[in-house]
Amino acid sequence: MNVRTQQRIAVGFLFFCTVLVVLPVLVILGIITYKGFSALSFEFIFGMPKSGMNAGGIFPALLGTIYLVTGAILFAVPLGVLSAIYLVEYSRDNAISRLIKLAIVNLAGVPSVVYGLFGLGVFVVFLGFGVSILSGSLTLGIMILPVIITASREALESVPQSFRIVSLSLGASRWQTIRHAVLPHALPGILTGTILGLGRAAGETAPILFTVAAFYLPRLPESVFDQTMALPYHLYVISTQVPGIREDFRFGTALVLLLLVLILNFAAIILRYRFRKKKRW
Amino acid sequence: MSTHIAVRDLCLYYGRNCVLKDLSLEIQRNEIFTIIGPANSGKSSFLQTLNRLNELHAEFRKTGSVTLGAEDIDTIDVEQLRARVGIVFALPFPLPLSIFDNITYGPRMHGIRQKTQMTDLVERSLREAYLWDEVKDRLHHPAMNLSGGQQQRLCIARVLAGQPEVILFDEPTSGLDPISTARVEETMMVLRGRYTIVLVTNNVAQAARVGTRTAFFLMGEMVEVGDTKDVFTRPSDSRTDEYVTGKFG
Repeated sequence: MNVRTQQRIAVGFLFFCTVLVVLPVLVILGIITYKGFSALSFEFIFGMPKSGMNAGGIFPALLGTIYLVTGAILFAVPLGVLSAIYLVEYSRDNAISRLIKLAIVNLAGVPSVVYGLFGLGVFVVFLGFGVSILSGSLTLGIMILPVIITASREALESVPQSFRIVSLSLGASRWQTIRHAVLPHALPGILTGTILGLGRAAGETAPILFTVAAFYLPRLPESVFDQTMALPYHLYVISTQVPGIREDFRFGTALVLLLLVLILNFAAIILRYRFRKKKRW
Repeated sequence: MSTHIAVRDLCLYYGRNCVLKDLSLEIQRNEIFTIIGPANSGKSSFLQTLNRLNELHAEFRKTGSVTLGAEDIDTIDVEQLRARVGIVFALPFPLPLSIFDNITYGPRMHGIRQKTQMTDLVERSLREAYLWDEVKDRLHHPAMNLSGGQQQRLCIARVLAGQPEVILFDEPTSGLDPISTARVEETMMVLRGRYTIVLVTNNVAQAARVGTRTAFFLMGEMVEVGDTKDVFTRPSDSRTDEYVTGKFG
């Protein structure tokens, strides 16, 4: 076999593998859209569930997921970004900082159901928040914390060292240097981490199972101490727990969840793009 | 002439590694003090000690003292010290901001907010660094778009905007072409007499062209110090003679 043929085979094989990666995404999107699209209507999205979830809409679940994601982001992004700043900009390389970094990596590897149990033990029972949006948001927040810290650390580390040295050499303090010469250039990367965390928080079922999710609650939550329905759990319920739910409702719910994550991601991507445009080097 | 910077028994270490031994010298107000020497002679480490930039290095240690005017530099607030003792690096490092914002960066960090004051400062600094005519119409364009030589003069202007007493140059032309080098040297000559300048350079001829006094560093020791013309024409140490005439280095 000559070099040219080898080259062709290699390229062909690599291309084939890449297509294999794209294929499941297309098939998932295709099937869900095909089977669920007919369910989409104003009433389905903005209506209350009726007659044992077999009629009406999914609005409480949709709004519940939006609340939970917002709560998780509000909790995890400030905490994650600030601790990433500490780790990258202030901590010296010693046993303690290495231990913290190791803990963060391990936090990312904890199964999501374990976060659910943790949330149940700490937020619901110990702190007495009850089964509520607050408990669910905090549990989801802790789950996405490592994603946000890791992405923020990478973003901060990718800012050239020369920016820091120049800023300090001009008489800026350490904090001013971070605030004016480092953080603005790390923002796009931090946003990428937030996008990843957001998608995960919106889609997970296990962490909200014991901490917030209601099986069937056809009204809107009134405070952070209320229970709420949530899309991933609702999907699980109507697909496996309640027999005889219309197929288009099940796929319609999945489609709405997908669209929600896509819209949230898209908003974050636009935001990131605007930050990138501001950075000019 | 009065002494501006006095160095007494200064030793610098990175970890266990001693990079400069028992240095004592005095730098006069408003002179251009040049330091020459081959790589690893400790000259850049010495320079970055003068505004305590070395301290960013976790392993750095020093013994001995450095005084600026009448004050020990360790007793001066480090942010104030770095505004009073500005530094221009080997590579021009503009921040990814506009020309205007680059120059006002230091003053803004020290609390200057007034627009008119900043506009004056920008014009004055750019004129002093001989860059005004080239950039006056595009002050709000990104500084990264300037040529290498212009960027380096921008960095000088940025240091001048902090109204320093001392300007340190750490091999400021090693990354520049000959024409840009000539421009930067002209700028230094213009600044002579108004600021105390300490220039570290690999380029022996440059030290001879711009210096008033010159020190020769070798392997962490100062071999010789004196008036620039003496060091170059009748050095007292044979190693200096060999270095300035290009026998090693």
